[in-house]
Amino acid sequence: MKRTLLGLLAFAGLLLTLVPSLFVFSGSLSPETNKSLMAAGMLLWFVVAPFWIKRSR
Amino acid sequence: MLFDKLTANLKSVQEYEREPVPAAKQKNWRSFLGMYAGEHTAGTEFVIGPLFVAHGAGATDLIFGLLIGNLLAVLSWAFLCAPIAVKERITLYYKLEKICGKKLTVLYNLVNALMFCFLAGSMIAVSATAVGIPFDMPMARLSDWLPNSASWVVIVMVVGMVTTVVATLGYDQVSRFANIAAPWMILVFLAAAIAVLPELGVNSPGEFWPVAESRIWSGVPLEGQSKFTFWHVMFFAWFCNMAMHIGMADLSIFRYAKNWKSGFASAGGMFVGHYLAWLASGILYAVFLHKSQNSLEFAPGPIAYYAAGIAGACCVIIAGWTTANPTIYRAGLAVQAIIPNSKTWKVTLIVGLITTAAACFPALVMRLLDFVALYGLVLMPMGAVILIDFYVLPKLGLKSDYAQEAGIGINWAATGTWVLTLAACLFINFSFGVEIFFLGLPGWFVAVILYTGLSYMIQSFKPLNSK
Repeated sequence: MKRTLLGLLAFAGLLLTLVPSLFVFSGSLSPETNKSLMAAGMLLWFVVAPFWIKRSR
Repeated sequence: MLFDKLTANLKSVQEYEREPVPAAKQKNWRSFLGMYAGEHTAGTEFVIGPLFVAHGAGATDLIFGLLIGNLLAVLSWAFLCAPIAVKERITLYYKLEKICGKKLTVLYNLVNALMFCFLAGSMIAVSATAVGIPFDMPMARLSDWLPNSASWVVIVMVVGMVTTVVATLGYDQVSRFANIAAPWMILVFLAAAIAVLPELGVNSPGEFWPVAESRIWSGVPLEGQSKFTFWHVMFFAWFCNMAMHIGMADLSIFRYAKNWKSGFASAGGMFVGHYLAWLASGILYAVFLHKSQNSLEFAPGPIAYYAAGIAGACCVIIAGWTTANPTIYRAGLAVQAIIPNSKTWKVTLIVGLITTAAACFPALVMRLLDFVALYGLVLMPMGAVILIDFYVLPKLGLKSDYAQEAGIGINWAATGTWVLTLAACLFINFSFGVEIFFLGLPGWFVAVILYTGLSYMIQSFKPLNSK
């Protein structure tokens, strides 16, 4: 259960990195907001992924 | 205490150095797919993609050149390197020792270590371009070979020292961190490129190709840069890892593969790192050129920061650091093989200092394409030696692993092949003006002919008794 939650959070970090750029491309998101979301995605990924990977092993 | 732990770690890294990898330790192709994708999405990608733009590679030349070049690289791993690796299941160094003798292997290690130092140096410089952003550091230009400011030297020294200290103390942690960072870095490359496309006038997928041809890979080199054609791109993509596939350095990797077909897993590195990431970083650089009206400044850090903010700058730092760190460590191991009784941490520290000094020179970044091509070319002849020794010599009734069989410290057939092949490449370069990117192909044939001929001469002159 905890592993699944960690996996979902880590995956959300990766989504926050990639998906907002698609909205910038379509013109529905500003580049500045995209940069903030990418920074949030980075934090989420690097905080959660080590625990998720450790549990997966 | 800390160094005892490090030594224990090193012992575990050096497992099966002089014995075949046992079946229980062998891995399936999926392990290699992820490993190659991570290893080949690195700091160098932030430099190579933009350099293609700077050298005026055309869009069609780049797309198809990379496609074919990367495919040839994958086939080289799968058909040349992996089959020997799974049959022998020993490291490159041990294989070289058997064929070439200890003395020549020492020389190979020394050259390899030097190349590793320069490669790590370029990555430290790449990281420094991102670290320097808050300090308003003047960035180097494409034409710069020497450091252009005191702040550049100071920041490079700081980044280099931190990288060296970490390489000295903890390879395992960095390796784990690099594995975690890899999927995120790939997405940062992609996201940054997608987000800046509207600035080039691309607002729908259908608009991409005309813009790619006219504003990204326009086919016009920047001032002072040579022109790259389809052939440059294809041969660079094929040979930039020549030391690893044709040069057989990845014997040490694929000796863990269950099957030679794992060689095809190198496609993970080639088509993610050396295709997507190169195209993405090229797009980022095109936006920078567009905004700066073709400025000759060349700094991956500010370019990534402009496109992806803090995440972009961190990606450049992490990509540079996670490439430089294991490279310094590998260079340290190569030197340690030359001086077996030396302490690993001391060797790594010295190697790190040399690397940091080298990193102060922007030429390492600006001429990265030439350096990477040189790196592959210099080590390639030993790959040809291993291939001929493994497949051809037994068919000619000659002994493989001659140095081991004869109990000699140096195999002159291999030494002659190495030296004469490089001399032949130099001759082709000077006499016919063939650029360094293309020399690997004729050089390989020269090496094959030389090693076969020299082995025949030496073994006929001084035959060994059959076992």
